[in-house]
Amino acid sequence: MAEARSNALSVCNVVKVFGSGPGAVTALNDVSVNIEANEFFTLLGPSGCGKTTLLRLTAGFEQPTGGEIFLFGEEIENLPPHHRPVNTVFQHYALFPHMTVTENIGFGLKMLKWNASDIQARVSETLALVKMEAFATRKPAQMSGGQQQRIALARALAPRPKVLLLDEPLSALDLKLRQAMRQELKTLQRETGITFIFVTHDQEEALTMSDRIAVMSEGQIQQIGAPLDIYERPLNRFVADFIGDTNFITARIAAISGSKATCTAGGGLSFSTPMVGEHSKGDTVTLALRPEKIKLKAATARAKGSATIANATYLGTDTTYEIALTRDVMVTARDQNIAAGMGRFNAGDRVSLEFAAGSARMLTD
Amino acid sequence: MVVIGIFMVLPMMILVVFSFLEADPYGGVEPVFSLEAYIQILYEIDFDDTVVFNPIYLNIIARSVGLALVATFGCLILGFPVAYFITRQSPRNQNMLLYLITLPFWTNLLIRTYSWILILAKNGVVEQPLLALGIIDDSLGMMYTNGAIAIGLIYTYLPLMVLPIYASLEKLDFRLVEAAHDLYAGRLKVMREIIVPLAMPGIIAGCILVFVPSLGAFIAPDLLGGGKKLMLGSLIQLQFSSSRNWPFGSAIAVCLLALVMISLTIQARSAGKRRAMEG
Ligand SMILES: Nc1ncnc2c1ncn2[C@@H]1O[C@H](COP(=O)(O)OP(=O)(O)OP(=O)(O)O)[C@@H](O)[C@H]1O
Ligand SMILES: [Mg+2]
Repeated sequence: MAEARSNALSVCNVVKVFGSGPGAVTALNDVSVNIEANEFFTLLGPSGCGKTTLLRLTAGFEQPTGGEIFLFGEEIENLPPHHRPVNTVFQHYALFPHMTVTENIGFGLKMLKWNASDIQARVSETLALVKMEAFATRKPAQMSGGQQQRIALARALAPRPKVLLLDEPLSALDLKLRQAMRQELKTLQRETGITFIFVTHDQEEALTMSDRIAVMSEGQIQQIGAPLDIYERPLNRFVADFIGDTNFITARIAAISGSKATCTAGGGLSFSTPMVGEHSKGDTVTLALRPEKIKLKAATARAKGSATIANATYLGTDTTYEIALTRDVMVTARDQNIAAGMGRFNAGDRVSLEFAAGSARMLTD
Repeated sequence: MVVIGIFMVLPMMILVVFSFLEADPYGGVEPVFSLEAYIQILYEIDFDDTVVFNPIYLNIIARSVGLALVATFGCLILGFPVAYFITRQSPRNQNMLLYLITLPFWTNLLIRTYSWILILAKNGVVEQPLLALGIIDDSLGMMYTNGAIAIGLIYTYLPLMVLPIYASLEKLDFRLVEAAHDLYAGRLKVMREIIVPLAMPGIIAGCILVFVPSLGAFIAPDLLGGGKKLMLGSLIQLQFSSSRNWPFGSAIAVCLLALVMISLTIQARSAGKRRAMEG
């Protein structure tokens, strides 16, 4: 475990099963991940995929059924939650109802036996950070969900843990505040050097804030990578589908040269993509192609490789077009509305499709 | 309203009225206004009408309050862990345990208290094995002491402590305990900072439910105290039975009522203040 030592958190082959017998639920199924110190690491995945479970194992509220977890190179199986240098922002806030905001935020510091004036200073500083100074003497029941969420964030931040676990900490905030808090959190993380493990459903949040993202599904990690990797180079159908919009195109490998393949699909389309997995010439594969990578050009009805727009949807910043390549193969293209008006084309127009080399990705499944 | 009036207020009124009347030596009251019953609590009226301070009843009041406090404290110390333990069981076991806790309540108190005599008595259930093993070589003299009365009271009223504490612990969100652990609080700190404060309404309710009837109890003092250690309840009971001094009995009952009302008011005040603080 030499590698584990340089990491803030190392999760090695962790399995978590709740219950036993026929009703058992496998929340995590052989999860391994290394999170570096000072990293902003995001767990992204649909509801029920095991994100909270992974955080709870890290915080020490649950014990893994199998596998090991290392915190800064140290096996933590026998370390109770209150001895782990980890704080959690709970998905359900879990503010102490009998304490004021000030007491809630100061609780961790009090337990660490800080003296009263230091606690006071840190609490004010943290309150300012989440812009909640005016609420210092309120009780949790006297605040809105979003306000409580910010206090939960402040409470977990106040002791400056080595690792901060954030379970959807911005979900209850309105758009403006959420965007502002994203910036604040990112700055804070950079300044304090705290390792953030951030859980979210929100792909935009994941893409804008993270150093790296782990995409999870059904208790397994599907892909780990930088936001750019995850978006531009999805490994499999789940990742490509979960993040952003994607056209899945069934194609045949027409030629392989080194690590590149040329694939052909219906409607006379041809793509050059990197090879993924064990395929040979003639195999059928699935390609992922983002709608915004498709460039549309007006074409005459007879032009080779042209297709008909079946449907146009105006979205404000862009317009999406559903294009019938053949009778049963449709792709969606997204075109920015640069000129004023409803978009460049209308349903029924003939267009030709262009895309840059490498914009289509071959998937493993 | 009328029903409440008849069932709640009328007996009280009669009690208060009786306490201001003169006693009929054969039981009952004579319809003559008199403060004698109240004076009697503090002073002895000699045959030649001189009034002498008499602390005997004050002692009984003090003993009653003292024993009731001991019983309340004892029930709290025993009842809180029991209630906490029950809340940590599966729902099915919780119901079973609660059923077991309340079970003794449905049998006769007199009989249950008699069984304590068998336990505590000279050569009783406790002493016999100790004597046989040579750990003690004389009777411990546990019966007919304040201690025996306290044990009887604690035994009798323990369920009244466990149930309200259970009710408030059961509502406690266990995730708050996790949050406190996460913020570096060990078990004891979690107990002191989170669990006990949040269970406080139940603790206070339990204390009142134990303290009030303990003050007026007479079965435990009579049987386990041997009637030598009188408590307020026994004293009142005596006045209505063998002593045949109904006004005096009523006067003590009114005093008891006053004590209870004072403690309830103090409790309500502090609860109100806390609620105001919590918003
Ligand atoms: N204590 C438990 N007992 C039984 N099953 C559990 C328990 N906790 C979680 N699970 C199950 O484990 C799976 C993963 O749950 P988890 O809470 O980790 O999901 P999540 O990714 O955080 O979802 P969400 O985004 O909705 O919060 C779910 O199927 C859930 O039902
Ligand atoms: Mg969750």
